[in-house]
Amino acid sequence: MGIRAILSSHLPNGQFGRHSLCLAAVGREIMKLDTSGLESAASLFGASSELFDGFATAPSFELPVTNDFDGFQKEAIQMVKPAKGTTTLAFIFKEGVMVAADSRASMGGYISSQSVKKIIEINPYMLGTMAGGAADCQFWHRNLGIKCRLHELANKRRISVTGASKLLANILYSYRGMGLSVGTMIAGWDETGPGLYYVDSEGGRLKGTRFSVGSGSPYAYGVLDSGYRYDLSIEEAAELARRAIYHATFRDGASGGVASVYYVGPNGWKKLSGDDVGELHYKYYPVMPSTVEQEMVEVSGA
Amino acid sequence: MARYDRAITVFSPDGHLFQVEYALEAVRKGNAAVGVRGTDVVVLGVEKKSTAKLQDARSVRKIVSLDDHIALVCAGLKADARVLVNRARIECQSHRLTVEDPVTVEYITRYIAGLQQKYTQSGGVRPFGLSTLIVGFDPYTGVPSLYQTDPSGAFSAWKANATGRNSNSMREFLEKNYKETSGQETVKLAIRALLEVVESGGKNIEIAVMTKEHGLRQLEEAEIDAIVAEIEAEKAAAEAAKKAPPKET
Repeated sequence: MGIRAILSSHLPNGQFGRHSLCLAAVGREIMKLDTSGLESAASLFGASSELFDGFATAPSFELPVTNDFDGFQKEAIQMVKPAKGTTTLAFIFKEGVMVAADSRASMGGYISSQSVKKIIEINPYMLGTMAGGAADCQFWHRNLGIKCRLHELANKRRISVTGASKLLANILYSYRGMGLSVGTMIAGWDETGPGLYYVDSEGGRLKGTRFSVGSGSPYAYGVLDSGYRYDLSIEEAAELARRAIYHATFRDGASGGVASVYYVGPNGWKKLSGDDVGELHYKYYPVMPSTVEQEMVEVSGA
Repeated sequence: MARYDRAITVFSPDGHLFQVEYALEAVRKGNAAVGVRGTDVVVLGVEKKSTAKLQDARSVRKIVSLDDHIALVCAGLKADARVLVNRARIECQSHRLTVEDPVTVEYITRYIAGLQQKYTQSGGVRPFGLSTLIVGFDPYTGVPSLYQTDPSGAFSAWKANATGRNSNSMREFLEKNYKETSGQETVKLAIRALLEVVESGGKNIEIAVMTKEHGLRQLEEAEIDAIVAEIEAEKAAAEAAKKAPPKET
């Protein structure tokens, strides 16, 4: 296993060319069927050192011929990388974890959907949030769900939030630079209590008590940070989360739709509410009938 | 170039894997080893064949630790043991890295057994010639466990077991005398089992005790001698009590 295990349990494939120098002992994986359960005997024998046997089976592809390969790569990534137009947030408090998100999908200035499910149910006691590429988030969260279930079956106990977030982070790290766009929070409840991790497609993974991800996150942080207390009740925490999402959708054009709020407690997650942010606006700022100052009077025509 | 994908471990007409059975023979020639699980400790014991005069005894440690909370003793080919132990140690650290959690005893046993099995179903390799006794504590629940693996790759959990030379007699003794024990009593039970097949004395036995708080501790020769003396005294007292007619009340 060795260093290979740091990345993932997939069969590693070496990527040749400029990467092979700095990634000597590190394999890159190509998206294939997960054959990690079927390690071949060939790798058993041929490997003089366990760490390098990835190279023996690596397929390769041709790199484009350009003058400025670095620039080309950067451009390619920028083209593929969708802006993370969304607002998601999650925080840990006394009773568990509160997770909330908006539901707008935008393609540039065009609102492509107002009803996207941005809170992904990995398994009955773990949630993931979606920010960045919708397909990337959905697929990799589903994949994480599979891995968590396999872990449960093999080890007869649930995987911890720490472990699950680490599995995802390692996979995303191995795809680093290939254009994945994922900014997700893994929230769950395990043997050690509530857990919250932020994981992104750069391979970063942070443990924390309050996170917000997406283009609307600065606005959400403002409301969340000023209203946060550890000893909130479930209703208070839900209202805080809802208001934070609402304020973000009010000011950020790429966020809107429906503010969903989920709660993760010792018995798993539960969806608490899904309110249209337009209606929330009038709930928080109801229209007051005001006295008329000047009234236009109809002038009878001569 | 010679090709190495021809399998060496193949079925016989009556369903045996002879290479695996021969490996078990190698195990039967190895040192006697015993493991006993108590309620709060696990004890490993192994017979120490008298070291040659010029040999540095400290370099021949038979009971090894795989991690802070897991230890292993094996019977059979010592060189094979070294390879297996190294791979298991790497796996323990790898697991800590990928899920930020220490391994459970069952996990690492499954890994070692999986490794042993792989070598019975691959081309150009022979099975590992050793059986292991693996002990440790579950990192979260703190429950002690004892597992055994063998060259075929099978593994199971035990309350007490023995392997290596004369393991049958030791196992019989354990079956007759096993009861739930804790602390020093467990150590005594392990030593008593070993003494069935080994010459008595601290310099012929190696004992290690693992507790949840202090991890693995190898007992000093003097300590072992003291316990052996206690056991002999108890045995003598039991003999005397049997010989003398029971007093009427």
